[in-house]
Amino acid sequence: MSILFLLIGISLIVALVFLAAFIWAVRDGQFEDDYTPAERILFED
Amino acid sequence: MTTVTATTTCLHCNDEAGDHPVIWNENIFCCEGCKMVYEILQENELSTFYQLDENPGFSLKSKQQKDYTYLDDPETLSKVVNFQDENFTRVNFTLPQIHCASCIWLLEHLYRVNPHIVQSKVNFLKKEIDMTFNTKEISLSEVANLLDKLGYSPDINLQSIDEKQNRSANKTIIYQLGIAGFCFGNVMLLSFPEYLGLDETIDPQFTRFFGLLNIILSIPVLIFSARDYLISAVKGLRFGQFNLDMPIALGIISLFGRSVYEILTHTGAGYLDSFTGLIFFLLIGKWFQQRVYNHLSFERDYKSYFPLAAMVLKAGKTISTPVRELRPGDRVLIKNQEIIPADGILINGDGNIDYSFVTGESHPVTKASGSRLFAGGRHVGGNIEIELTQKTDQSYLIRLWDHDVFHNAKEGETTRIANLAGKLFTIAILIIAFSTLTWWLQFDTAKAINAFTAVLIIACPCAVALSIPFTLSNIARIMARNKLFLRNTNAVENLSRLDNIVFDKTGTLTTGMEQNIHFEGQSMTGEELEMVYSLVNQSNHPKSRMLAKHLGDLNRLHVIGFAEIESKGITGIVRQATIHVGSAKFIEEIIGHKPDNKHGLFIAIDHQVRGHFLIKQAFRDGVEEVVKTLNNTNDTALLSGDNDKDENRFIQLFPDKNRRKFFQSPEMKLDFIHTLQKNGKTVMMVGDGLNDAGALQMADIGMVISDDTNNFSPACDAILDARAFDKLPALIQLSRGGIKIIYLAFLLSLTYNIIGLSFAVQALLSPVIAAILMPLSSITVVIFGVSAGNFLARKIGLHL
Repeated sequence: MSILFLLIGISLIVALVFLAAFIWAVRDGQFEDDYTPAERILFED
Repeated sequence: MTTVTATTTCLHCNDEAGDHPVIWNENIFCCEGCKMVYEILQENELSTFYQLDENPGFSLKSKQQKDYTYLDDPETLSKVVNFQDENFTRVNFTLPQIHCASCIWLLEHLYRVNPHIVQSKVNFLKKEIDMTFNTKEISLSEVANLLDKLGYSPDINLQSIDEKQNRSANKTIIYQLGIAGFCFGNVMLLSFPEYLGLDETIDPQFTRFFGLLNIILSIPVLIFSARDYLISAVKGLRFGQFNLDMPIALGIISLFGRSVYEILTHTGAGYLDSFTGLIFFLLIGKWFQQRVYNHLSFERDYKSYFPLAAMVLKAGKTISTPVRELRPGDRVLIKNQEIIPADGILINGDGNIDYSFVTGESHPVTKASGSRLFAGGRHVGGNIEIELTQKTDQSYLIRLWDHDVFHNAKEGETTRIANLAGKLFTIAILIIAFSTLTWWLQFDTAKAINAFTAVLIIACPCAVALSIPFTLSNIARIMARNKLFLRNTNAVENLSRLDNIVFDKTGTLTTGMEQNIHFEGQSMTGEELEMVYSLVNQSNHPKSRMLAKHLGDLNRLHVIGFAEIESKGITGIVRQATIHVGSAKFIEEIIGHKPDNKHGLFIAIDHQVRGHFLIKQAFRDGVEEVVKTLNNTNDTALLSGDNDKDENRFIQLFPDKNRRKFFQSPEMKLDFIHTLQKNGKTVMMVGDGLNDAGALQMADIGMVISDDTNNFSPACDAILDARAFDKLPALIQLSRGGIKIIYLAFLLSLTYNIIGLSFAVQALLSPVIAAILMPLSSITVVIFGVSAGNFLARKIGLHL
């Protein structure tokens, strides 16, 4: 059962990676414009 | 007479091409501007523009090329650009004309039109473009000119430069929310064994491990995510004012403190799941409330109305000079439709100044050389030259902004309701908590502490704290769907408390553009009308043009001896008859006595007065019904900066003489509102122009009517699209209903609190009950608030 200590530690680290990804995305301004990229992807070039 | 009346539409903008279309390569355009854009797009193989959206182009008919050379002045340049080195320059422009997918496509393919533009990226919601271009090959003014030529004129004004620095949105709440959410999820996961009752069957080592992890995960929530609640509670305490954050902070501290104590002393599992969840939900409510309308600005002052530069004449040359560097004594050239940058004296040309925006006067005034002109007026007509007598910020009409009302921020974020609820809750919670404490102290100290903290935890008004932002934001969202945009959710509450509504006239109750012309006097024969028409057709004066347009397409007769007497009228001989058209004063000089009316455009044929044309501004659609409906529940008043020649039209709507005022200066409007407020009234000012700015700022609700929400509107609490003017009474009704919904939501959450308290005072509160009751009450209260708002809106007949 003591493997749980390790597994929970790993799961927390994985979760922290996602938290870091979220913070990076906010800093990068990815949530500032949620309309234009949706249009842009439809342009042919 | 032959007219081309086939319904031909412009290939670029889809507008009616009119009688004189521009034809190029067998394609029809309404104007040269549209043709040019089409040409540029064809040359650069950018015709996809026309395929992406139905109506991509917009008419360039009334547009004229602007001069952007002032942007190359190093000081101005450094303020406008975001970044510049010897190779690349990066700049961000606001382009209010962006409106469809084709715009995005075209603006992001600018590199095809000019290869020196390295990259351009559009933010559609903010109507902004972010561009990088080659510093050596192309100048900033050339880039601005290119955008302008395509019809997207960069919106550069004094204010946009001043506020360049603090324009990046405040992202703190997003980080707070993210971290609270992360910690909440993980704490819940680690609390699972306890929910399922497993903690007794598994190794106590795990219970301790999970408990410690929970504490570690909760610390960032307490010191970062919950920071604002604690700070606000301390502030309230220091100033002796109750606010809703106080009971919340009490709850937060007891939740965290008791949980840490329980975990460290191994007496229990703690309430850290409830704690992190509470903060997470509260922050969602706060974030929901803070969402803003990106494309609207509620903060503008006169600076954003003025251009960045003016053309200064020096030694026969015109130099584009930044407005803040204009000095008294400078000679400035003003072209058609330009704004006078500072007070001055007209030196050359016929001034015809439209002050409707700054003073509320409905008609342009004609000025002869030597007369004083005030900053803010818009010149209509040929070029004029003025000599400045003041700097821009010391100009007569600008000095209004020195008034205190502009320096004192309006009430903060919290609403009255929230403060009231905060007061009641804080008092009630403290009374119940301390009574419980003293009661239990007689028997058992440990249980006494337990019950005391349990009361603080369970009575925490999180459901109330959530119902306010969600209900009000939903009401604000419905209002935005119906074209009333509120600056913040406080405005909903202020709107509901109104008892006085003050209207401006020009541009608010009347439209600025449509004119209603009618003739009073002896009716004229068809031939006489033709003679008058032929005469006014010779003149470029706006009133003459208006009259010519009103008379329609008549035969043009030959006019001899045409003369225009500045600021008086015009005269000429048509078919041997001498015709005079002009003001009452002009006619008085011709016929030797005063005509029977003061206002209007008089017609005299062979020195006989035939009558006068009255030019009235048209009422907005539905004004009469709206004012009448509002009269039932509010006191209304009319304050106009214009003269009183229209007064008769308003007597029915505003019967009280003391509440129907004309010749009002901006300061008088402000004082009127202030007097009402001193008598305990809650006032809404409905206006549109700079002359209302003081009153809008002073009023509890300043509402601006706008024909185009992209255009300049002074600082205010609400912007109402003119097309939705007739919905105003319904929108006010909705705000009143919204406040009632919040009171009902209070009752609902009180029920939950009483249930929770009945456990707490008996020292029976377990973490599971807290973990169930808290989210359950919050969610039901939020759902109730939102759906009741939707129901109400549907009942009143508003769009959802």
